[in-house]
Amino acid sequence: MVDLPDQGRNNLPPLRLHVPEPRFRPGDTADFSNVDIDAVGRLPRPDVHVAPADIHGHAYGLVRVLDLDGQAHGGWNPNLSRERLHAMLRYMMLVRAFDDRMFRAQRQGKTSFYMKSTGEEAVSIAATMALGRDDMCFPSYRQQGILIARDYPLIDMMNQIYSNRADPLKGRQLPIMYSAKDHGFFSISGNLATQYPQAVGWAMASASKGDNRISAVWCGEGSTAEGDFHSALTFAAVYNAPVIFNVVNNQWAISSFSGFAGGERTTFAARAIGYGVAGLRVDGNDALAVYAATQWAADRARTNGGPTLIEHFTYRAEGHSTSDDPSGYRAREEYAAWPLGDPVERLHTHLKLQGDWDDAARDALRGELDRLVKDTQKAAERNGILGHGMHQPFNSMFEDVFENMPGHLAEQRDQMIAEQRRKFGPEWEPN
Amino acid sequence: METTTKTMNMIEAINDALSIMLDRDKDVVVMGEDVGYFGGVFRATAGLQKKHGKTRVFDTPITECGIIGVAVGMGAYGLRPVPEIQFADYIYPALDQLVSEAARLRYRSAGDFIAPMTVRSPFGGGIFGGQTHSQSPEAMFTHVSGMKTIIPSSPYDAKGLLIAAIEDNDPVLFFEPKRIYNGPFSGHYDRPVEPWSKHPESAVPEGYYRIELGKANVVRAGEALTILTYGTMVHVAKTVVADCGVDAEIIDLRTLVPLDLDTIEASVKKTGRCMIIHEATRTSGFGAELSAQVQERCFYHLEAPIARVTGFDTPYPHSLEWAYFPGPVRIATALENILKD
Repeated sequence: MVDLPDQGRNNLPPLRLHVPEPRFRPGDTADFSNVDIDAVGRLPRPDVHVAPADIHGHAYGLVRVLDLDGQAHGGWNPNLSRERLHAMLRYMMLVRAFDDRMFRAQRQGKTSFYMKSTGEEAVSIAATMALGRDDMCFPSYRQQGILIARDYPLIDMMNQIYSNRADPLKGRQLPIMYSAKDHGFFSISGNLATQYPQAVGWAMASASKGDNRISAVWCGEGSTAEGDFHSALTFAAVYNAPVIFNVVNNQWAISSFSGFAGGERTTFAARAIGYGVAGLRVDGNDALAVYAATQWAADRARTNGGPTLIEHFTYRAEGHSTSDDPSGYRAREEYAAWPLGDPVERLHTHLKLQGDWDDAARDALRGELDRLVKDTQKAAERNGILGHGMHQPFNSMFEDVFENMPGHLAEQRDQMIAEQRRKFGPEWEPN
Repeated sequence: METTTKTMNMIEAINDALSIMLDRDKDVVVMGEDVGYFGGVFRATAGLQKKHGKTRVFDTPITECGIIGVAVGMGAYGLRPVPEIQFADYIYPALDQLVSEAARLRYRSAGDFIAPMTVRSPFGGGIFGGQTHSQSPEAMFTHVSGMKTIIPSSPYDAKGLLIAAIEDNDPVLFFEPKRIYNGPFSGHYDRPVEPWSKHPESAVPEGYYRIELGKANVVRAGEALTILTYGTMVHVAKTVVADCGVDAEIIDLRTLVPLDLDTIEASVKKTGRCMIIHEATRTSGFGAELSAQVQERCFYHLEAPIARVTGFDTPYPHSLEWAYFPGPVRIATALENILKD
């Protein structure tokens, strides 16, 4: 071995590898008293054309409108009409009712998979309501609220979840991976953050065509680690693309806490700073703050002010999906201890303070929405449920791979039909 | 109808195709690293920004993932992007966006969204590019459902195929064999380079024309054996066949997906022997697929084992480039073997 010159490190302690660990695991008592929560109304609402460098504080603080008693404060208060507020609550409660019902349907074996958005209803509903109906949304898998807030037919969501004969996606996609171009809702990928640069491309196209529509995109805090996230931020900054980046920081990526995406060191909104993009950190359980921040970012984007990154500070109340049990990796009562409460409850409390609304009215609405979801479910199940019968024409497996079916796929289709005939008898005909 | 032609090398033919499509379709955009003001490291986009404006022909950040991801989003909006990946060796950061997104978007959304993009990328070796400027990764993409793969071998084909690719509503990978940008390559690296102007396929019609995707081109008719090849190796094969005095039928596949199986099958059934030549590494290369297809369709017509002449299963070396390259000696040896009995 070559003798190395003395580099003055003989007496250093050995290096240590830091592997992040969440503060609470199963059996621990969750205590979030150390979480730094900004006072309501502290952060001012800047001009929508403010230089990103002048609002760095907004990437570390927390944009809030509602206090925990339901009172709205400060310059970010969007001052929505009573009708808009009630529509918002209704949509949020509808998502929750829908989630509960579909989760149960999966447990009853009617489909393979489901993902709830409990605790994150404001992030999709309030944001969508602040966008134009024709703005393009590039969701991740937990923004079913976008479709709900745009009045997409519930039955088509369910048909997709059941992969039944009325499924708009012909049974090709895992449940909840919706696509609805006519509702400004891009096809959901199961691969994380791929939608980020796509949303930028859509926004660049809109700008290059002199359109006035913008795009908005969502991902979780965990997938900000993907290269796509950083490619997207770079592209958006370079071309000043009219896009809103939403990072839903719900603290958990399946069983990995936000520390594995770098959350121990800084906020996710602060990712914007290095790109020279406006960054806002928002109380994601405060529907009015989410609305206000999105409206600000949309105004900025639509007037050539460029992109904004919004971190929605929230908490994933349920498991990642029907396939995991959170009691295996986190403290059981974390959600109850979450210092920013529940978004549906908080908006309800705010409406109560406005008068003309009370717990009884909320309970009646909940009953109405439960019945709506249940009746819709019955109708959807008349179109079939997953695994019970063949819902799609066999030929459809080979369609849409290309615009026109090339010879090798036609050959494989014929093979598949021969296989079915061998199984079901020579009289069998593809449906 | 009288068609005027112009002598072009492959770069000029590609540039012409891009310019024609930028003129014809206002939704076409050309983007990539250094493609804008400068006109591309191989000059394929020279002058296009000046002619068509910088919102339609522009430079991008150095993120291939971003370039292809953005192209998917532009396609969703209704544009028809033609992104360039500066070297095929750089395409891997974009793999997820190509394989999981562009190639499957039509299928997963049941036709709700499509990704009509043409990804141009210079590929292949023979230019002393070392292991990061010489690769032929076509088989990684032919393995993916939902994506077309095209490899032209002449200025005439490059222009007609590129126009057809841009008009196609599916994602297309358009690999340009950079060794033959400026002239066809005999495989004899120690001989003087011949310019395209001495080759008949440099006579390129002016204006718009298309070459249908999925159609192979029989570049030499023959009886002794069938050679399946594409890109640079079309010219190497022609030279070696001529030098060896072998009556080979040489088929330039031009499109790997969709593959022109009818032309392949008819030729191999006629000649009874099949040799596959590509520059890419051997194991799981596109030659393996071709070999399987020929065996499945023509087994009882074969008079000799199917031969594969390929690059070796090593990274593309720099100084030993010509020992790696499937050149005249490797092809001639394989010809002797396959014609032995």
